[in-house]
Amino acid sequence: MPRLSAATRHTVGFTLNGKPVSVEAEPRLLATDALRHGLGATGTHVGCEHGVCGACTILIDGAPARACLTLAVQLEGREVTTVEGLAPAQDRLSVLQAAFRRHHALQCGFCTAGILISLDAFLREQPEPSEQELREVVGGHLCRCTGYTPIIAAAREAAAELRRQSQTPAQTIALESLDV
Amino acid sequence: MKAETISWTGQSVERVEDAALLTGRGRFIDDLGTRPGTLHAAILRSPHAHADILSIETKAAAALPGVVAIVTGRDLAKLTTPMVAGLKIAAENWPMAVERVRYVGEPVAIAVAESRYLAEDALDAIEITYKPLKAVVDPIASMGEGAPVLHEKAGANLVSDRRFRYGEPAAAFAAAAHTISVSIAYPRNTGSPMETFGVLADYDPHEDVYDILANFQGPFSIHTVLARALKVPGNRLRLRMPPDSGGSFGVKQGVAPYAVLIGVAARIAGRPVKWIEDRLEHLGAAVAATNRVTTLKAAISAQGRISALDWDQIEDCGAYPRAPEPATLYRMHGNMTGAYDIRHVAMRNRVVLTNKAPTGLVRGFGGPQVYFALERLMQRIAVELQLDPLDVIRRNLIPADAFPYRTATGALYDSGDYQAAIEQAVAGHLAELEQRRDAARAAGRHYGIGFAAAVEPSVSNMGYITTVLTAEERRKAGPKNGAQATATVSIDPVGSVSVHVASTPQGQGHRTVLAQVVADIFGLPHREIRVVADLDTGKDAWSIASGNYSSRFAAAVAGAAHLAATRLRDKLALIAADQLKAKAGQIGFAGGAIFAKGHPDKTIPFGRIAALCHWSPALLPEGVDQTIRETAFWAPPQLTAPSEGDEINSSLCHGFIFDMAGVEVDPANGKARIDRYVTMHDCGRVLHPGMVEGQIRGGFAQALGATFYEELAYAEDGAFLTGTFADYLLPTATETPDIEILHIETPSPFTPLGTKGVGEGNCMSTPVCLANAVADALGVSDINLPLTPARLAALAAEPEPARPATSRAAAPAARAGDRSLRGEGEARVAAAPEAIWTMLLDVDTLASIIPGCHGVQKLSETHFKADVTLGVGPVKGRYKAEIKLSDLDEPRAATLTGSVSGALGTGGGFGRVTLTPDGAGGTVIGYAYEAAVGGKVAAIGGRLLDGAAKAIIGQFFAALARKASPGRPGLLARLFGRRV
Amino acid sequence: MKPAPFDYLRVGSLDEALAALAEHGSEARIIAGGQSLLPMLNMRLAKPALLIDIMGVAGLGEVRREGAMIVVPAGVRQAALLQRPGLASEQPLLAAALPWLGHYQTRARGTVCGSAAHADPSAEIPLCLVALDGEVRLRSRRKRRVLKAADFFSGMMVTDKADDELIEAVAFPAARPGTGYAFNEVARRHGDFAIVGCAAMVEAGQIHLAVAGVADKSERRSWPRLDGSALDDALNAFAWELDAREDLHASARLRRDLVRTLGRSTIEEAGRCLA
Repeated sequence: MPRLSAATRHTVGFTLNGKPVSVEAEPRLLATDALRHGLGATGTHVGCEHGVCGACTILIDGAPARACLTLAVQLEGREVTTVEGLAPAQDRLSVLQAAFRRHHALQCGFCTAGILISLDAFLREQPEPSEQELREVVGGHLCRCTGYTPIIAAAREAAAELRRQSQTPAQTIALESLDV
Repeated sequence: MKAETISWTGQSVERVEDAALLTGRGRFIDDLGTRPGTLHAAILRSPHAHADILSIETKAAAALPGVVAIVTGRDLAKLTTPMVAGLKIAAENWPMAVERVRYVGEPVAIAVAESRYLAEDALDAIEITYKPLKAVVDPIASMGEGAPVLHEKAGANLVSDRRFRYGEPAAAFAAAAHTISVSIAYPRNTGSPMETFGVLADYDPHEDVYDILANFQGPFSIHTVLARALKVPGNRLRLRMPPDSGGSFGVKQGVAPYAVLIGVAARIAGRPVKWIEDRLEHLGAAVAATNRVTTLKAAISAQGRISALDWDQIEDCGAYPRAPEPATLYRMHGNMTGAYDIRHVAMRNRVVLTNKAPTGLVRGFGGPQVYFALERLMQRIAVELQLDPLDVIRRNLIPADAFPYRTATGALYDSGDYQAAIEQAVAGHLAELEQRRDAARAAGRHYGIGFAAAVEPSVSNMGYITTVLTAEERRKAGPKNGAQATATVSIDPVGSVSVHVASTPQGQGHRTVLAQVVADIFGLPHREIRVVADLDTGKDAWSIASGNYSSRFAAAVAGAAHLAATRLRDKLALIAADQLKAKAGQIGFAGGAIFAKGHPDKTIPFGRIAALCHWSPALLPEGVDQTIRETAFWAPPQLTAPSEGDEINSSLCHGFIFDMAGVEVDPANGKARIDRYVTMHDCGRVLHPGMVEGQIRGGFAQALGATFYEELAYAEDGAFLTGTFADYLLPTATETPDIEILHIETPSPFTPLGTKGVGEGNCMSTPVCLANAVADALGVSDINLPLTPARLAALAAEPEPARPATSRAAAPAARAGDRSLRGEGEARVAAAPEAIWTMLLDVDTLASIIPGCHGVQKLSETHFKADVTLGVGPVKGRYKAEIKLSDLDEPRAATLTGSVSGALGTGGGFGRVTLTPDGAGGTVIGYAYEAAVGGKVAAIGGRLLDGAAKAIIGQFFAALARKASPGRPGLLARLFGRRV
Repeated sequence: MKPAPFDYLRVGSLDEALAALAEHGSEARIIAGGQSLLPMLNMRLAKPALLIDIMGVAGLGEVRREGAMIVVPAGVRQAALLQRPGLASEQPLLAAALPWLGHYQTRARGTVCGSAAHADPSAEIPLCLVALDGEVRLRSRRKRRVLKAADFFSGMMVTDKADDELIEAVAFPAARPGTGYAFNEVARRHGDFAIVGCAAMVEAGQIHLAVAGVADKSERRSWPRLDGSALDDALNAFAWELDAREDLHASARLRRDLVRTLGRSTIEEAGRCLA
């Protein structure tokens, strides 16, 4: 790859929620700004820009990453998932999202996208999480509204439901069809 | 007419807000589109706590690519006036420093550019010359002789001093069996919403209209402050709020000054300007809760009955008494006796200004400060009189049959049964807590139980703040009171119902609850009601009391929506009676239909009647004007202005909280573990149990932060120390325990739905409940927050094992609270003292030994200026340095005083250098220094500083040694590098 | 909070990276996981002219064994080391320490070598390197050199690495038979930098204790198998020698207390693992 000059914009191509996209980026452009203002994926929020609050967490090649600690140019060629890519269809919610709604696991919803992303990744790694494990994963996020308890409850319930689904694949569609 | 059924309210229905928020479709301010050509602002902030601005050089910044305008305080002052404040003092409240900075983080200049990145580049190119002044951060010190005065025109930092007397407190104290007191220094903290401030402003020069979108939360009394500051009538400041806001907890009231700044920036730039605050700006300068020094005394009978309280409160509002301050100090004025029946109260309230960021609304707003003192006092009474702490609470409670109860200071408590709430909480919980405590103590562990009872005020009286004025001043200013709420319910041509309110929700779920409330009135499914909560002061119904504060939604706004819907429904009932040939009194609303009770055939779909006014207004019966839109304005009559005797009903509703906690402290590591937490609430009627629980859990978590983790900390010299989330610590899921929530309901007789506020209570009750548990666990009396591991360990500490005799001498001990950097060192150089002396005074030598020096300018024999690049590890920046030599004792000793300033902050210090012959032709250079660092580096990189100072000073002497004895540079450099 | 401008170079080989470092020296910075560097860039505490991204270099992402050493090259993310099969027996100290390192989300991005390069005095990776007497393998266009951890870390975020060098790998000695290991730390919150971190290694005749968070870098001491008050005295001397820092998060006294108490319990835990 040639050296990218600070002063010019470069085309960065990657896959966003399963679709190929490209965005023009100076080397210093943060992935948060590229996703939000370059591509209109405003579901990823910016809370601290120093990697602590977790609101901007996205998946890069399936692994969680703070988008504020990622340069847009580092996304070149990667598979990126944001909160917009979690639901099975536009008018549906994922199992995890639906559990969040049932448990009032969000209030202002600003931190929620990042937490959903982390839990989405973690529940695929660890389908039978303990409460402590869930607390440690959610511990990488700051939520100022909920006191976390309903988030943990929603995650546990979603994990259980996802386990049931994986045992009886025929029900997948029915469970994902929870109306919005 | 009563609603037929109350079916939706009271249920924890799923929130209508959630699907969008869960799928990334929220519409927060930074998610909304902007007009093409919109510019971006970045704000340059003061690195000094107190300094005169000598000059601001903006040419280089303005010339950078993409930069459209640089706006300074002088530009601002030409177009605006200072913001009006609640206190009538001669302090000018500018939203950006004009001639002097008074706190670290104060805006000094705005760069407006094509992108935020370019705007920040421009900030780095603005050069400001400051003349630093002595700063004061401690509220007591600020009142002292010789303290630097922030606002010279105001004459002193003590800007308000009021004394109040209710009943006969002096007589009560004279007659008391015991007098017991507590002294508290309550720290600064903040709500820290996850979304920061945002403003998007545009200005129309022909109509002289500012159109400003901001994630403001009210109170909209601030709209008048902004319009005045911008020098336009209210109808030329169109303030709009986005549909979603990422939390506020009071804090987003503080975006208001930025509406002025960005409005002016847009006016100067001639294009729309957008500014999104970053987290460093937010922590340093957004809004802090007040820190307060309180001494509270109680007059007590032999039986533990309190007859009088004597409050002495010193409120620190930071550098500017910004509206609505000093409201934090007066919000609780009516309920200073808490849950207790105490008829005699003396009070002295002082407001001081210090070199810290201005204060404002933060969840709890005055409650945490008051209840920390009051409930610590209750615990101390129990300890000192050897009574059971719960009995002390019980003996003093307001009797259940006393409601509505008028407090000594003027509040009218609407309803409550404190005894029942406490007994219900205690039953089945306290015994278990005591068992766990006894078991832990038997095993030698430190376990304590804490209690707290608190009255949670809600729906603020807009007139309470005038209690800071004397009765005579109030007469002059005219009465202020009330808490007007508005809600609009409208029906469209197909009969579907919409609700619009001015409650500016920040995540609480107002839209869901309003749909429930209104659906119940019309007998419709709640999902069919659409609620719009984004507000536009240019076209929506609002009043000064509008907004999202003082926990007013459930009581005031939901009530107003209920009233508006009821009015519409009563008119629809008249139309239905006419259409169905029935009596109005027979008409019912349920299941999407309107019907005549007892006549199954007389039923008509809701939409037919609801839409009639659109399609056939001629068919409206006598007495029905229209059914298209109804706006209710609700103003509770109980909220009157302060009386001549300064009695004030500061809030309409008064909920009750009783908390119990079991806490274990590990003195070895200073960690506290919350074993059990029970919180009992009476917030009147509950409209949505899930949301009430959410408010309680969220408030608890913030209070947990205030108790153990959070402090907006300042050094003695005013440097701000907690500028990142690595230093201002919010509790996470691994720190926040589950709690047990209990309720009783005593509906408020003063609100349309019987509801009271519930959003802030745990911020008031939890810190002191936990502190009482810690006090009980460790058997200590003086407790101040936050209870950091160091504080907790110190409370329990035994004498420390001595430093072994073989260990080297101790570093000079720092005074408590002093965070300056100290160090000392020694170096041997193979050159005579005279030679070293000459080098220290030689400009070329200095240029070659000052680390990262780009050139030295000699201003006098002993005064030098230099440009330096300083770096430690990854942190590197360019600074202007000034070095002075004094107390010269040639060639034996000199004092070096230095200061640096640059984009990363400022530093200053002094050191005494001694040159002693080593007897072999060489010199022993000894040095001791004391330094302090401020500005950005202090706020965000505190951990780095000690190392940085050591390394840089080490580099200086290593270079001096190299220069003095060029034969052995490597060895000496290594020696000094290690030694310092 | 946006970075100042810089050029960006994604290299396909370490030679390419070393050539760029040789050319630009202190103006260039290596970026791997970016978890320490990006906050510095965003706050403009660091303004490098060039970022050299090494995550595209083949072969840097695999942990390997070289005899008794667990070699962790520059591209290995912290999560990958933590998830290495058999790590708990291969080197129990790492398995115990890594879960304390930041959070799930930052471990998924941050690299092991990046943490060593950042040299935070409270960080777990430098602590483990010092505790185990591990190595830091540096490379420049001029030469390769291997430093003992204690020689590599020289102060608060300061190391012996020259401007034209990069960390090619770090190497941790694998567990030796007859040796017990234990790790403990106290932080304000889970995932925060340690107020005090303790890593102990106990062998038949020796005790080693390394401590992070107290001095301006991790420090290790070794003693014969002491116990009782002799161990207390040794730990007290160690606690005082470290000249503990005083900051917002903890007092020097608490740090010394933790060296004495947490140090002792960590040594005892390591001793039990041995038994």
